Amino acid sequence: MPILEVNDLNVTFRGGIKAVRGVSYQLGQGEVLGIVGESGSGKSVTSLAVMGLLPPGAEVSGSVKLHGRELLDMPEDELIGLRGKTIGMIFQDPLSAFTPVYTIGDQIAEAVRIHQKIGKDKAAKRAVELLDLVGIPHPDVRAKAFPHEFSGGMRQRAMIAMAIANDPDVLICDEPTTALDVTIQAQVLEVLKTAQRETGAGIVMITHDLGVVAGIADRVLVMYAGKPVELGTVDEIYYRPRQPYTMGLLASIPRMDRPTARLIPIDGNPPSPAALPPGCPFAPRCPMRVSACDEAEPDLERIGPGTRMSACIRSHEIELKGLDGATIYPVPEAPAETAEPRPRAERDTVLSVENMIRHYPLMKGAVFKRRVGTVHAVDGISFDVAEGETLALVGESGCGKTTTLQQIMQLEAPQGGTVVVLGKDSATLARADRKALRRDLQIVFQDPMAALDPRMPVGDILAEPLRAHGHKDIGARIAELLSLVGLDPSHAQRYPQHFSGGQRQRIGIARALALEPRLIVLDEPVSALDVSIQAGVINLLEDLKVRLGLSYLFVAHDLSVVRHLADRIAVMYLGRIAEIGTVDEVYGRPAHPYTRALLSAIPLPDPDLERSRERILLEGDLPSPADPPSGCRFRTRCPKRALLGAEEARRCAEEEPSVVRLAPVVDHGAACHYPEEAEVVVTSRH
Amino acid sequence: MRSKVVLARLARNPQARYGLVALLLLLLLAYVGPFVGAHTWTDKDFLAFLEPPSAEHWWGTTQIGQDVYAVTLRGMQKSIVIGFLVALFSTGLAALVGAAAGYFGGWVDRALMWGADLLLVLPSFLIIAILSPNLKGGSWLWFVVLLAAFSWMITSRVVRSMTLSLREREYILAARYMGIPGWRIILRHVVPNLSSLLIIDATLNVSAAIIGEASLSFFGFGVQPPDVSLGTLIAAGSGQVTGYPWLFLFPAGLLVLLVLSVNLVGDGLRDALDPGSNQ
Repeated sequence: MPILEVNDLNVTFRGGIKAVRGVSYQLGQGEVLGIVGESGSGKSVTSLAVMGLLPPGAEVSGSVKLHGRELLDMPEDELIGLRGKTIGMIFQDPLSAFTPVYTIGDQIAEAVRIHQKIGKDKAAKRAVELLDLVGIPHPDVRAKAFPHEFSGGMRQRAMIAMAIANDPDVLICDEPTTALDVTIQAQVLEVLKTAQRETGAGIVMITHDLGVVAGIADRVLVMYAGKPVELGTVDEIYYRPRQPYTMGLLASIPRMDRPTARLIPIDGNPPSPAALPPGCPFAPRCPMRVSACDEAEPDLERIGPGTRMSACIRSHEIELKGLDGATIYPVPEAPAETAEPRPRAERDTVLSVENMIRHYPLMKGAVFKRRVGTVHAVDGISFDVAEGETLALVGESGCGKTTTLQQIMQLEAPQGGTVVVLGKDSATLARADRKALRRDLQIVFQDPMAALDPRMPVGDILAEPLRAHGHKDIGARIAELLSLVGLDPSHAQRYPQHFSGGQRQRIGIARALALEPRLIVLDEPVSALDVSIQAGVINLLEDLKVRLGLSYLFVAHDLSVVRHLADRIAVMYLGRIAEIGTVDEVYGRPAHPYTRALLSAIPLPDPDLERSRERILLEGDLPSPADPPSGCRFRTRCPKRALLGAEEARRCAEEEPSVVRLAPVVDHGAACHYPEEAEVVVTSRH
Repeated sequence: MRSKVVLARLARNPQARYGLVALLLLLLLAYVGPFVGAHTWTDKDFLAFLEPPSAEHWWGTTQIGQDVYAVTLRGMQKSIVIGFLVALFSTGLAALVGAAAGYFGGWVDRALMWGADLLLVLPSFLIIAILSPNLKGGSWLWFVVLLAAFSWMITSRVVRSMTLSLREREYILAARYMGIPGWRIILRHVVPNLSSLLIIDATLNVSAAIIGEASLSFFGFGVQPPDVSLGTLIAAGSGQVTGYPWLFLFPAGLLVLLVLSVNLVGDGLRDALDPGSNQ
């Protein structure tokens, strides 16, 4: 008998916005159900409705049964008794989920005492046990810490501890790892699995990351436009999707284990919940659309034996013909390479960074400020970008990627070292030269909403760089730019908010292209976008690079995207470069233990691989850049160090490794005293 | 391009339309009305003291035989000019000073905010009262300057703190990395993104300036006789509101209408400038 049973759940917000339309699922004991979907697909609203946490004004219909008891018409005070006891919830942002004025231990103890009649000291002890269970070091000390003293990963662990405090039967996790770095994500997912083993709870895992779901879920529910479109076991969904949306979603992800020449985007945007098309909501984007699709919305129907369900009138046909995403979606054509690129050594260097340093003073005191320390944000890094090349700068938050970018974009003298852009040293630039150089150096930002002035129509946004650099015939250039990035030139009068995320990012790219630059800095250009949209933007970036002869400095944390887009990669750790080289070299033969851990931590959208993979779990968090470890900065978390002898290990603590070329002919270097050579990414058998 | 979009949005907003129509009618009344009436504001009819409204004197007469219609319209002209000029100066100054302090930071910030703080602690009423006798015979524009100089500081502090957060936005960074000079960024990106605040502030300043002018005039420091403003007329008529209500009701009613229509236009402009508002 299922613990949680959701039947035909509908949620309508004010103004007739149908956020959830007919969701049904069952969750059994110890089962993990993954709910995947893009932003706006209604997956979070579904779980809030189950918890009874929707804001007033939302109309909920259908049925939600927990152990056979109906939750939807239960009075609020009874529901309060269930929340946190029978159902636990883990939110995306662990900082806002804790009250800042109480210690973590107190808050967990409170959660225990609300639902169980035990004494204060016992509850405090239980809190320490729980913190120990989720792998927080020195739990007795850390229980007395306040939320802001915890790092993001630690807070998410504490959140899990709080959610399992009363042995819940159901755990609802809403994007629990989205805000975390990959190595921390791997830790937290491991903790979640432990928590599930300990409590035997059923887990509803809501996420947009198909890799995370592949590793943890037993069954998967795919949602689109508020409606479930496919349900099945994780293997069925990943290896034999029978609904065109699921197929497209899986085909559009860049794969780290299976690099392909071209990503397959799903055209168009998800429909607005206030204006759903008649018939199948996916029909306008579907490559398999027939006229019958527009007549009625297909229901989730059983296909084949077992509990396999799909909402598509052509599912049986897909099953019969054995179609997959790569065959039904048109693969966009790659732009023809004009000529075989010259060898790297012969090309111009467009950007060269030599031993760049950026330190921030750490000040204390209100009236008399005194310096109490130094944040080593960037501590002597060197790399260069050749013409027509993409260099990716990767690393976790706090490693100094953003500081590096800012230093380059400012075109001012760094605190130490040199930054040379297109042969001009930034330290010796005069004012007019700096402005002239800005033409050739442009940037695309991460957040497509924040990067465009909301008060300006798109035409004005694109006109701004043109006017600043004295261009004529601006109107024609704007139209040209908009069509270059695949937007309608007649939309120049609209405001940014009238565009979807992917379109806004295209506008950001168009603005960067306005002055025909030679080097574009891409600051996480696709990380804020949904997968199906992301593929289109990545393809666009690739096309533009070939057509306009651009060079990219690409900052990202998503290593699958990097593998797809970059030629070379530099891995940063705590303000230093750990490993640098061509993408094939670094991914194929990672030499630095940090790179190896990073690569192994990335969830792959392949359930078989995820199950068989050996993860290198790093311990703890990134050390503070104000107090980096002596010698090798990675040594405090290095899994390799345990295998070294005392003599060898001492070298790690005393001598800071610098990037050394691993072999004379290959473009691959690592900053490790004991580099390694072995493959870490297993390739898919499918 | 942008102004066209804003105007189109403004025209679609019914409240703003009514406000704009009312404001235009009031301006028309103030500036064309005097030519329609039979009397000018300096005329004195010695046959009619404190007469109620009649065919000869539409809005009645005062105790010295002035035509209330002519005098009120004359006062309204002055009040409109003072109100709008003070609002324009003080909000403009607040926006520029606050945005410059917030955007440039460093010593610019310290110097400008020190100046604002200094003006904040000075008692403005007293200073204007002391200064205005010395300006007698000078133009009433001095009065506008004084009123404006003492009403921008709090807004500029708000603008400064909002600029501090705007400065870190990516679109400002993008503009900076495009090589656009600081002043241009302030005028093109910072100030328009604060326009909701500034428009509300300007609207409030119009009514505040008219009221400030009235209270100063009441004590004899503002608009000097024989010149009149709505403020002096209300002050003069308020004592006789029970016996001779036309002396008070016409200027006071016009003041209310004026402030109301300015507020409606202000609201409409804010909605038109803010693409996030629902229309």
